[in-house]
Amino acid sequence: MSKSIKVRGGIVLGCFLLSLISLAPTFFNESLPSWWQNAFDPIHLGLDLQGGMHLVLGVDAEKAVESRLDTIVDQSEGLLREQDVIFKRVDRRNGQRLTVTVYDEQAGGQVDGLMAENFPDLEAMTLSTEGGYIEKNYRLSDREVTRIKDYAVRQALETLRNRVDQFGVSEPTLQLQSGGRILIQLPGIKDPQRAIALLGKTARLEFMMVDEKVDPQQAVQGNIPAGSKLLYERRVDSRSGTVSEIPLVVKDKTVMTGDLLSDAQVRIDPRFNDPYVAMDFNAVGAKRFDQITAANVGKRMAIVLDDTVYSAPVIRERISGGSAQVSGSFTEQEATDLAIVLRAGSLPAPVEILEDRTVGPSLGLDSINRGRNSVLIGALAVLLAMGLYYRLSGVVANLALILNVFFVLAMLGMFKATLTLPGIGGIVLTIGMAVDANVLIFERIREELRIGKTARAALEAGYAKAFWTIIDANVTTLIAAVVLFQFGTGPVKGFAVTLSVGILASLFTAIFVSRLVFDFFLTRYDVKRLSI
Amino acid sequence: MELIKPDINLDFVGKRRMAVIFSAALILIGLVSLIAKGGPNYGIDFAGGTLVQVKFVEATTAKDIKVALKDLDLRGLTVQQFGDEPNEYLLRAQESSSKLEGLSQTIGGALDAVYGADQAEIRRVEMVGPQVGKDLRKKGLMAIFYAMIGILIYVTWRFEFRFAVGAILALLHDVVITLGIFSLSGKEIDLPIIAAFLAIIGYSLNDTIIVYDRIRENQGKHAKQGLEFLINRSINETLSRTILTSGTTLMVVLALFIFGGGVIHNFAFALLVGVLIGTFSSIFVASPLLIFWQNYRNRVKAKASA
Repeated sequence: MSKSIKVRGGIVLGCFLLSLISLAPTFFNESLPSWWQNAFDPIHLGLDLQGGMHLVLGVDAEKAVESRLDTIVDQSEGLLREQDVIFKRVDRRNGQRLTVTVYDEQAGGQVDGLMAENFPDLEAMTLSTEGGYIEKNYRLSDREVTRIKDYAVRQALETLRNRVDQFGVSEPTLQLQSGGRILIQLPGIKDPQRAIALLGKTARLEFMMVDEKVDPQQAVQGNIPAGSKLLYERRVDSRSGTVSEIPLVVKDKTVMTGDLLSDAQVRIDPRFNDPYVAMDFNAVGAKRFDQITAANVGKRMAIVLDDTVYSAPVIRERISGGSAQVSGSFTEQEATDLAIVLRAGSLPAPVEILEDRTVGPSLGLDSINRGRNSVLIGALAVLLAMGLYYRLSGVVANLALILNVFFVLAMLGMFKATLTLPGIGGIVLTIGMAVDANVLIFERIREELRIGKTARAALEAGYAKAFWTIIDANVTTLIAAVVLFQFGTGPVKGFAVTLSVGILASLFTAIFVSRLVFDFFLTRYDVKRLSI
Repeated sequence: MELIKPDINLDFVGKRRMAVIFSAALILIGLVSLIAKGGPNYGIDFAGGTLVQVKFVEATTAKDIKVALKDLDLRGLTVQQFGDEPNEYLLRAQESSSKLEGLSQTIGGALDAVYGADQAEIRRVEMVGPQVGKDLRKKGLMAIFYAMIGILIYVTWRFEFRFAVGAILALLHDVVITLGIFSLSGKEIDLPIIAAFLAIIGYSLNDTIIVYDRIRENQGKHAKQGLEFLINRSINETLSRTILTSGTTLMVVLALFIFGGGVIHNFAFALLVGVLIGTFSSIFVASPLLIFWQNYRNRVKAKASA
């Protein structure tokens, strides 16, 4: 045997063994030693095959800018009052603006000075006169607006990541996409409805004092005094499970918000077996909670999450321990979810689902089985056709084809690519096209044999002449596949990957491996006639 | 075994006018259908909307499902049997739920209320908002566009510009006809279909390049007999390869079409049509285009010298 055959055989054998090692975890993961499982991942299945959820959320970053302006309105009111500036009111206006209305020029000057000093991000705009008042307009600088939006999106990503982590999904993916979009993939999720509810909760936790002076029934009819607002308390009947909403009037001013929490946990009340959420405050929060409860003993305090009252207990005594509980009426799962969102923090801005693709596990399994069947049936048909048409040489091509599919699967595993349903389609297409290179070579060999060349010379010429044709034909397909990868999303990307990998593998097996087999038999057995 | 005798010499090039009429007719029918239907029938990936695949325990009918969902008042609700299963259905609505409590949940609730709990299993939900749909559509078109540019550059570099033009026109031909057939059969264009289109481009090009390659190789040998003879000879010489490769590819795509299941059905259909059209175009369109190109050039030259 010549040295070149040994070297080439070694290369093929090496590739084969490497593929075998890397593919093993895909087929029998459990029985392998742990180092093996750690070194090589099984082929990663796309959400369309294993079931799961693919979500694209859009962050309404405008809302974050609005909240920032609201805060500035609050702060500037306080500031103007502190400095004894006489002003009529401070408003947030559309278009990232806020307006301070004053009575005279002098006050206007004071306002300008104070605003410039305390809010460097605000740009003074024109002033307008409105019914004898002077309106001083300010707006957030473009840079600040961009910063707030950017921050909102990134904070939303962080918050969502925390929530997903605590929800307990194995291998979730969260990615920031352009345009303030967040991609979330939750493989194998069992309860998509719950996931959506959990991810979408803004989770703004507020503590508000109940306005005892107003009769809720009156408020429902629209009689709400200024400085108060109407909310609904959610009550679930533990026996029938029906949800009822009870109107409750609270003072507009939030006494405390949930960002001062340090932890939240579900506990079970041993007396009634009811779940409740126990919250711990951080140092600032504990102090603030202490003050509030001290000042409001005997009054009711509403615990409000996203404008829904969860409970409104009466403050019996000053609470100084830095912890509190929400003992609304909820199921254990609801309590768990509430604890999760409280722990993970609130979203800086509301999010909206832009895209939702959910595949149930049963459909995924169905798709895998059907995909595998069509690969097997298609491959068998091709193997049969090649064997019939080219006889022994067809068997060589078939060997290359089987090796090709094997290499494709191994590369998918090694590159940590994702196998999707269109990806299986890509493998199927690869099988059909993989024999093309061998067909080209064999047809050339037949042509050479016809003009009377010896087996060895015909083989030589066949491979040489077909080589560039094969390269040209495959590179163009590769171009299409690479473009597809660049522009594709999800399953389509999976198709592009298998197609590209398939092309590379088929170039190797059809040109390199099949040649090796021919050379081996030609040297070893001194073949005079090719079976082709 | 040999399907094609080595000395075969079918007159493909002589039939090019018939082929052109055939292609033009297919393209025309497709375009008329596209215009009549107001553009391609975009699936929810591109148009936005919601798709829900439901499997019922008992067999039911589309009418009953529609009745069950009547109260939801969904815009453009269609209910369609999925595959051949009498108990599996695809529900589509044009609406994409902008609120977090998704439309699919509402649909699930309504079905539970009518059919009873655990009678309807929601197996798949796809909801695409209008903005995302628009982005995906743009990306899909860009992908086809850039793939063609890339191919044009490569073929120009490896062959000549006129070959590249022929190849690209043949590709456009394939994509337009497949699009037309999709429109005629009322099938929806979705993201995977764009992938299938690109695979068709790749496949058809593969075929075309192999004939071109033979033409280039034969250029010296048959210089005297003229371009038509040269092209015809080259097509015939590669014919057995064309038939064998197209045959194996067709076999596997057919396997995918028949056994691949409902989710991948349209994708396999696109590939099936594409392989057939692509094979036709590399024999009857891509190479004869070179002759049309040469004749046109000759006429221009004749005019200039006259």
